[in-house]
Parts: sequence; structure tokens; C-alpha cells
Amino acid sequence: MPVEPPVETPRDLAEAFRLMALSPRTPIAGGTDLMVRITGEIGSPPDQVLDLSRLEELRGIALEDGRLTLGALTTYAEIRRSGLVARSLPVLAEAAATVGAVQIQNRGTLGGNIANASPAGDTLPLLLALEAVIEVGGARGERSIPADQFWIAYRTTALAPDELVLRVRIPLVEARQVRFRKVGTRRAQAISKVVLALAWEQADRKDRWSHVRLALGSVADRPIRARSTELYLEGSRATLETADGAAETVAAEIRPIDDVRSTADYRRQVTARILHRIIRDAGGW
Amino acid sequence: MTAIRFLVNGAPVELEAPGMRRLLDVLREDLGLTGTKEGCGEGECGACSVILDGDVVDSCLIPACQVDGRIIRTVEGLAALTPDGRILDDLQAAFLATGGAQCGICTPGMLLAARVYLDAGGGPDEDAIREAIAGNLCRCTGYTKIVEAIALAAETGRRPAGA
Ligand SMILES: Cc1cc2nc3c(=O)[nH]c(=O)nc-3n(C[C@H](O)[C@H](O)[C@H](O)COP(=O)(O)OP(=O)(O)OC[C@H]3O[C@@H](n4cnc5c(N)ncnc54)[C@H](O)[C@@H]3O)c2cc1C
Ligand code: FES
Ligand code: FES
Repeated sequence: MPVEPPVETPRDLAEAFRLMALSPRTPIAGGTDLMVRITGEIGSPPDQVLDLSRLEELRGIALEDGRLTLGALTTYAEIRRSGLVARSLPVLAEAAATVGAVQIQNRGTLGGNIANASPAGDTLPLLLALEAVIEVGGARGERSIPADQFWIAYRTTALAPDELVLRVRIPLVEARQVRFRKVGTRRAQAISKVVLALAWEQADRKDRWSHVRLALGSVADRPIRARSTELYLEGSRATLETADGAAETVAAEIRPIDDVRSTADYRRQVTARILHRIIRDAGGW
Repeated sequence: MTAIRFLVNGAPVELEAPGMRRLLDVLREDLGLTGTKEGCGEGECGACSVILDGDVVDSCLIPACQVDGRIIRTVEGLAALTPDGRILDDLQAAFLATGGAQCGICTPGMLLAARVYLDAGGGPDEDAIREAIAGNLCRCTGYTKIVEAIALAAETGRRPAGA
């Protein structure tokens, strides 16, 4: 039988912060990562759990000051259904649609994906490429952490033990193009072999690319930005030479590993190919 | 222990259970509703699927504390209870008609995932059906008969009443 650790269900954020300050508790949101741990087969079960599911403050999707704000408890199903997301940031709905299958999308949350900090977490490269800001908080107050400072080591985040992920803010940029690609064994229910998110700014298709952001999942011990490749692409046009050069640069830049899901070699080649293809499609050749 | 109250297949239940007990165990062990099956216990197979507030979910991934005050439908709630006995849901009848069940372990989950799909207006399109049951694994049928059953139920459900 699975372990059944004690759990408390705070009714508002202030109570949640107070409990977290009292002694460390493991939060549960949708439970799609945490409940797998209580069987004790994968990782160790938590000692004490804090159920976030009744915290209305952590729900909802809104547009505020040119930024899309998503509460930590926002599920993949809510992202897919949201008219606001469809209008302002459709790539996020595209990414949400690749997570698990419908049962997982109905329960799994954005905050859970962020806090779980898996190197294969599918939304994380997208949050990096979009320069999202993760807002966290606890009894000592709230603070904002840029996505590229959030996943600091293997399965380790910048969260303090008494802090919760509260919401994510994603700046909406007029001339920004964004692409998201996930490669897994099958379309549903597959942990990624490679996830790639690419963003750049360009007023017109013929323009040079600026503000290029390339982020990758499953190719390192955490989701990463590929900064050499970003630099390579900055100021370029989507030509064959650019695509070839960027593919070569990214293949040299990343250090993926062999594991049960894939090999380092496959991951390096696939990453390069996906990037090449995105640039080709953007160039329209 | 926590007092937990919810509706299962229209009937109110109230029980004392550890808040982190899996809904799957509450249904099977505490309430004796063994129609809900356990396959993997980790969200991969969908055998434990139930309908929670209208959404299909894996009951092995849901702690009891999160269903307090909610509405749950299990496979036991699919057939309608009438004075003349139980009348199978369109989907159950369709699974029988096409041979959509073999060993039956995946069937309750398949039926509930398909029920939500049809209730949301899903039709007989094969790709859409396959996406709707992508979280439900079957080791026996090869899926073809299951997809056929759901498509058949989609057609039956669309016929005007009495037709
Ligand atoms: C079958 C299956 C398929 C899956 N497929 C995918 C996939 O395709 N892509 C993918 O990226 N993931 C996948 N996952 C993993 C999981 O569904 C996601 O990571 C999901 O977003 C986790 O969210 P949750 O709310 O369920 O997290 P939970 O399980 O509730 O929590 C996850 C972790 O984050 C912590 N946590 C949760 N919320 C907060 C918060 N607000 N503040 C602080 N800490 C918090 C918890 O303590 C826990 O350590 C899959 C899981 C399963 C079981
Ligand atoms: S038993 Fe719940 S998904 Fe397999
Ligand atoms: S009928 Fe046996 S698993 Fe589907």
C-alpha cells in the first residue's frame, strides 16, 4: 500500500504561508508528480504534505500590463481552453497539448511543472525562451525570479523551503515569433527526449532576427538556454547558411547524456535538426 | 484522519480517511466500488480513470482530501437503474456490439474517458477518438474495436430519441 502521510488543506494563502513557515511541508497541487512518489517506488515519499488545491489566489489567467499572468494552479486543460491564451500566446496552448494525456492535462499544473524542476519538464524551455518571471512567496513576503535564474541545478530550484510558487508572468511582445517542439516516443504520455523553444523578434519576415532566445529541455541536468547559439542567430536572417551554422553551433554547445529514454548522440542530432527545420520554415525556403 | 464528503454516482458518501489516501483506494477498499481498476498506479495506464466534476482523471493520482465536496462518477454509475433493471449506457452497449472488451481491465477507464469525450460533443472521427483515449492503455484489443465502439456510440447518441 502507498504511504499516507499527514496532509493539511489551508483555505487561503496566509494560512498556507503560516503552515509552511512552521515546518517544511511538501506542497501538492495536481499531484501528477507527487502522487507517484507516495508509492515509494520512485523517490522517497514526503513526511508531511500541504494541499494547495483550495487556494483560489493561485488560480486564474489574466492580462496585466502587457503580461500574461497565470496562477500556479492553472492546469494544462485550462491553458488549452483559455481564449486569452489562444489570442495572446497560442504557443503556450500548443505546449500544454503535448503534456501527458487528457487525464494528466486535467490535473497537472504549471506551478507543479515549475517546482518539480524536471530536466524534461515540457513548459520550462518555453518559459525560458519567453523570459517569464516566476513569482514566489511565503511568510517573509513575495519575490520575483527570472526563469533563467530559477532552475539552478539538477532538480533544484531557487525556492526557499518555506516558499511557494504563486504565479508566472510572461511579457507579451508585439513582433515576437515563438516556436515550440517536443520529441518523445509517442504523441501522448511520453517523457521528452528533446524539448526546444525558440523566440525571436522581427517586424517583417525579411528582417534580421533580434532578441533571439533558444531554450532546451532533456539535454542537460536542468532546462537550459543555449546562449552560444542565441548569439550566433542574433542579427542573422533565416537563410540556409544561418540554419546550417546554427545547427552546428547548437550541436557543439549542448552536452546531453545517454539514459533510458534516448542517447546523447540522438539528442544532439535531433536538436540540431529541429532548429534547422524551424529556421528553414521561418525563411520560407 | 479527515472527514471527507462527496457524491459518487449521485449518492452522497461520508467517510473518515487519511487525506493522502488515493481516491482509487477510497473507491475500491473503503466503498467497495471495485469497477475502478488499478493498473500501473502512476498515471500511465488510465485503468483507474473516473470522472471528477465532469473531467476524466486518474484516481491513483488524486488524494482523498482533494475530492471533498466534489462529484465523482465511476463505471458503476454508467448504466441507468430503472424499475425494469439496469439499462446499459450507449457506450457499454457499443463495446458489447463491437467486441471492444477482452480481459476487461482497461474497459472501465476506456468507458469513462469515452463518456467525457462524447459528452463534450465528440464525434466518430478516429483521430479525435484516439486522442481522447491516449491516456488509456489496452493490452488485449489492439484498440481498433475500442475505437469502433466509441464511434458507434457517437452515431447512436446522435440519432434522435426513439429512432
Ligand atoms: C503519466 C504522466 C505523464 C506526464 N507527462 C508529462 C509531460 O508530457 N510533460 C511534462 O512536463 N510533465 C509530464 N508529467 C509530469 C507532471 O504531470 C507535470 O510535471 C505537472 O505539471 C506537475 O504538476 P502537478 O500540479 O500535478 O504537480 P504536483 O505533483 O502536485 O507537484 C509537483 C512538485 O512540485 C511541488 N509543487 C507543486 N505546486 C507547487 C507550488 N505552487 N509551489 C511550490 N511547490 C509546488 C510539489 O511539492 C512537488 O514536488 C507527467 C506525469 C505523469 C504521471
Ligand atoms: S492505475 Fe492509475 S493510471 Fe494506471
Ligand atoms: S481488454 Fe484487456 S487490457 Fe483492454
